[in-house]
Amino acid sequence: MSAAHALYPTVQLAATEGASEHRPLIITLFAAFVVATLFITVWAGRQTKSASDFYAGGRQFTGFQNGLAVSGDYMSAASFLGIAGAIALFGYDGFLYSIGFLVAWLVALLLVAEPLRNSGRYTMGDVLAYRMRQRPVRTAAGTSTIVVSIFYLLAQMAGAGVLVSLLLGITSDAGKILIVALVGILMILYVTIGGMKGTTWVQMVKAVLLIAGTLLITFLILLKFNFNISDLLGTAASNSGKGTAFLEPGLKYGVDNISKLDFISLGIALVLGTAGLPHILIRFYTVPTAKAARKSVNWAIGIIGAFYLMTIVLGFGAAAILKQDDIIASNKAGNTAAPLAALEIGGGSGSTGGAILLAVISAVAFATILAVVAGLTLASSSSFAHDIYANVIRKGQATEKEEVRAARWATVAIGVVSIGLGALARDLNVAGLVALAFAVAASANLPTILYSLFWKRFTTQGALWSIYGGLASSVLLVLFSPVVSSKPTSMFPDVDFAWFPLENPGLISIPLGFLLGWVGSLISKEKADTDKYAELEVKSLTGVGAH
Amino acid sequence: MATDAPPPEGTSPAGPAQPTTEAFVAVQSSPEFADLRRSHRSFAFPLTIAFVTWYLLYVLLCNYAGGFMATKVVGNINMALVLGLAQFATTFLIAWLYSRHAATKLDPKADAIKSRMEADV
Repeated sequence: MSAAHALYPTVQLAATEGASEHRPLIITLFAAFVVATLFITVWAGRQTKSASDFYAGGRQFTGFQNGLAVSGDYMSAASFLGIAGAIALFGYDGFLYSIGFLVAWLVALLLVAEPLRNSGRYTMGDVLAYRMRQRPVRTAAGTSTIVVSIFYLLAQMAGAGVLVSLLLGITSDAGKILIVALVGILMILYVTIGGMKGTTWVQMVKAVLLIAGTLLITFLILLKFNFNISDLLGTAASNSGKGTAFLEPGLKYGVDNISKLDFISLGIALVLGTAGLPHILIRFYTVPTAKAARKSVNWAIGIIGAFYLMTIVLGFGAAAILKQDDIIASNKAGNTAAPLAALEIGGGSGSTGGAILLAVISAVAFATILAVVAGLTLASSSSFAHDIYANVIRKGQATEKEEVRAARWATVAIGVVSIGLGALARDLNVAGLVALAFAVAASANLPTILYSLFWKRFTTQGALWSIYGGLASSVLLVLFSPVVSSKPTSMFPDVDFAWFPLENPGLISIPLGFLLGWVGSLISKEKADTDKYAELEVKSLTGVGAH
Repeated sequence: MATDAPPPEGTSPAGPAQPTTEAFVAVQSSPEFADLRRSHRSFAFPLTIAFVTWYLLYVLLCNYAGGFMATKVVGNINMALVLGLAQFATTFLIAWLYSRHAATKLDPKADAIKSRMEADV
């Protein structure tokens, strides 16, 4: 998952030590992954015929396969490199992110995954608009899906440029733009050719690679410390120069009252955001039943939980075996701490073992970025084609073929826009984009999903107020926050229009989203459609007539 | 709607057979369904409130109880790390508890209603 703190604009003080000398090996592994995934994509593309194939992979994946793919969709390069790096630099506070990201899955498991699978078809909008007037609610759901996905996508693209540049030792602007363009073209190919089936397989392969790579480094670090965690932590604390404070909360978020409040806001957004992320939600349509959706979430919780436990070892391990100055010199936000630790644990710069491990970890990071951007692109193009084109523009009169064609064109358009914005955003602070994606998901999507499924008196007006209110309040609050202006780390450090003190808007915008949905429904002139609610409620809990 | 009926022109195939709205309304007000709804809500809602509260408590402890979190438990392992790992443990535990509840209490009730409704279509 995208650690919001992780991908700061990097003044590239120095390319990753040793990266350039191992470039041929890294490039070979990158290329192998690209060739293998393109092969899978073409194979999946041949089997993609109907709309259900394109949007939902034919609903033929097993709970375990989808659990792997969900994990592959969720664990971004930022959580791999970002969380490990944040732990390496800030100690315990780096670990706080992973807890929110994991606990969040319980909301999906207990309240969202199964009912969504039972009552929807291809998109989040299917469930949000089920009981409502179709056109306005589909438009709102499509808008918020695309906004969340694009912000998230931009963060990944900008991060991809920064990370891959660092790992390959490329520092020129042209080189970085080229990498962003390459990532964009690959994601367009994965999605247009392979649809959901191809994307799912890419995500599964990536999840296996990521877990295997992390497991290897974790094992080697633990081996170095004879599997004595206490010793590892002690070495990390003393080597960090911060002593026991390194093992306690507060180095990053405990600075003052505002930063503490910001941490609460972030925590709420993380825990409530996941179950409103469209690219995660559409994954539940790829399995045949609600029981398989439940199994997917359980596997995902197991895999993601195990992964985050390993990032603790990775992060503290990096702090224990590397010098803080070296980590910071390579990347100010610590993004390269994990690859540097791999290099070190394999024998250090110049050794063959180090070279191989560095190349493996770099290739895993690249695979990770590609799988996540493919999932995000699919979510936004599906929502455009199914919610906006088929149901709003064509008023439900589009044929399946026309709908899939629209989805493919939307993928190309979204890909091109992301390449353009990603190239522009490559030096921006992308932290705000990810925080925004989570906050919008929690403020605009989650209230409407929960009210739709569980509250009889929810109305079209309530849904619209909640979606647009949550969307607007989170975007505006971020716009007027230190993420955008006033601070040296802001997008525009030279101006100051930041009257909102918190970097994450969740503390205000999430309760507001819930409140607006409730008030909007209560004062609505139009009564809730009780027949439609009967349909939705019975379907969502029993799976009668599920697609 | 008969399953072999051609899909309405211009729309995508209708997918599985759908019961009528009247059937859904009747089932929704049936005691069996009320029982299923109660079994789901009385388990999922309180548990959600519990884990969100427990998570927020952890966040607040990190923010405002630095001394307590710094307490050494074993070697260099302090209270903060133990409580952080406890969040992982409770997440795994709750996922397991819910899945067991769903498999034993929810699935049989849901399946019974589903097969009865689908027989009537």
